[in-house]
Amino acid sequence: MAGPAILLHDVAFRWPRQPRPCLDIPALRVDAGEHVFLHGPSGGGKSTLLGLLGGVALPERGCVEVLGHELTRLSGRARDRLRADSIGFLFQQFNLLPWLAAIDNVLLPCTFSARRRERAEKERSPRDEAGRLLAHLDLAPDLWRKPAAELSVGQQQRVAAARALIGQPEILIADEPTSALDAPRQQIFIDLLLKEAAAAGAALLFVSHDARLAAHFDRTVALSDINRAAVEPAA
Amino acid sequence: MKAVLTLALKSAWARRLTLGITLVAIAISSALLLAVERVRHDARESFSQSVSGVDLVVGARGGGVQLMLHAVFHSGAATHNIRMESFEAIASHPAVAWAVPLSLGDSHRGFPVLGTAPDYFAHFRHGDGQALAFSSGQAFGEIFEAVIGSAVAAELGYRVGDRVTLSHGMEALGPEHGDKPFRVAGVLAPTGTPVDRTVHVGLEAITALHLEWAGGAPLPGLSIPAEHVRKFELRPKEITAALIGLNSRADVFRAQRHINDYRGEPLLAVMPGVALDELWQALSMVERTLLALSALVVTVGLAGLMATMLASLNERRRELAILRALGAGPGEILLMLTAEGLLVTTLGVFAGCALLAAGIFLFAPLLQAHFGIIPRWRMFAPNEWMLLAAILATGLAASLVPGVRAWRMSLADGLTPRN
Repeated sequence: MAGPAILLHDVAFRWPRQPRPCLDIPALRVDAGEHVFLHGPSGGGKSTLLGLLGGVALPERGCVEVLGHELTRLSGRARDRLRADSIGFLFQQFNLLPWLAAIDNVLLPCTFSARRRERAEKERSPRDEAGRLLAHLDLAPDLWRKPAAELSVGQQQRVAAARALIGQPEILIADEPTSALDAPRQQIFIDLLLKEAAAAGAALLFVSHDARLAAHFDRTVALSDINRAAVEPAA
Repeated sequence: MKAVLTLALKSAWARRLTLGITLVAIAISSALLLAVERVRHDARESFSQSVSGVDLVVGARGGGVQLMLHAVFHSGAATHNIRMESFEAIASHPAVAWAVPLSLGDSHRGFPVLGTAPDYFAHFRHGDGQALAFSSGQAFGEIFEAVIGSAVAAELGYRVGDRVTLSHGMEALGPEHGDKPFRVAGVLAPTGTPVDRTVHVGLEAITALHLEWAGGAPLPGLSIPAEHVRKFELRPKEITAALIGLNSRADVFRAQRHINDYRGEPLLAVMPGVALDELWQALSMVERTLLALSALVVTVGLAGLMATMLASLNERRRELAILRALGAGPGEILLMLTAEGLLVTTLGVFAGCALLAAGIFLFAPLLQAHFGIIPRWRMFAPNEWMLLAAILATGLAASLVPGVRAWRMSLADGLTPRN
């Protein structure tokens, strides 16, 4: 595979008015197409790390590279652009705009990123591509036009996964996407996600406190191992 | 940017109930502000248009404003009359081109009755010097003939030839002069001035009506039939006021001083323009207070918009974080919120204009009947455009507050809202 999708080098981050940094990571690397399980307890600086990767927070020291772009050297506008173009985010729950239809939620990245729209319509219209992803993720077509708020949590997470995947971003970042699901559904969801990520050739960084989920990933990294800042309550 | 605005629209639609209530508040308050401004403007207009071409208005000594109210607007009551001899002395002064006597006090179904001379129709001017015109009939000739203003004709459905009965005093239900009905001799064309609401009769008719009256009530047991009034002296002993036109406007101060120094009785001469200004000054306090109050109401409406949007921010925190994760910049978040506020304000102002139009349509007859103001729907005047722009600008400022707050919030929250 080509160069690293994500590369952190000697990164430290401190929240304003905090005496000590909450993140101090000498190195972290996720290669293109690699599926990495990042194990970390709640409040271990996970959210902060995701903020750094998304370019909505900047480290006080070190460099964060996403697809070869050194984020600290980019303008805020360019970081927003890079995030829109290259990263699909999946959160714990409440991932969707509740008043928007499921399929329109899936299409949202195409309105924010021309690149993802172009990729989505390479073979078919973006709407058909959204439908294809939803069908792959086992969401019945009669649910596609329902407002997201009317779907169950499991259905919402599948819509969120389709949204993260549309337009083939190079990187998928999932933050505890299964914590709101029961055990059998967790496994099904992770299998679906891994399959789609592999099909799209995307690097997947899957963050969870639940080590039992690690089995299917190429590699497991424990946040407590790479973070030199002592584990402390979340800022 | 278009995508962000579309999302803003859809998001606002999802919260249409609360935003709708805010919109109604903005609509009502801006309609109120526009209405006050319009009535103010129209009132000033009707005031300044109500009389022109008259150099002096003469009455018994008292307040100039009161004299104008009585002689021109036919409202209130004169405290004293002036003697006919005084009027004739003034009328024969070499500087005076014409003099028209006015006698007030009776009414017809709420409309004031003005006793005057037929000259009145020739000399009275309004607006930019327009003369009175008859839409049908002519000036009164016989004693018991009347000329009615256009509003009187329209509201009571009178036409030339109809018979009407006057009542004593200004109250609609005062004692009737039922034994001496009047024939409508003419109907005046609309002027937009108090003339429209006036019943004009000859000075002699006023005397004839009151032949058997004393102290405001009919003398018991005395009745003089209409056909016999000619046998009496009908030249009035007193009148209420007089309108004076001079040969040369340059003489106006001299003539005014001459009348004010008149030896026979204490008189007062006022220049209508000056007195109208004074009258307007007296009212402008009220008018400005009203305008300030309505501006305050608009501010309250827009503060409501700000409060609604700020309150919604907490529940929308997650929504904003999702948009951030999708690539929306803080600037786009700011735009989204501000656009929402501006949209609600703009729609509110539009609805307010519609309310104003409906209000004018519904309340025009009432305003005209009670205040003599004739509000008409017309395009906005420059000062009204200024008000509309001010409302929108304030709405923009009010929307920027939640906008900036959302902007800061999205910067602090990043991708995961901290509640």
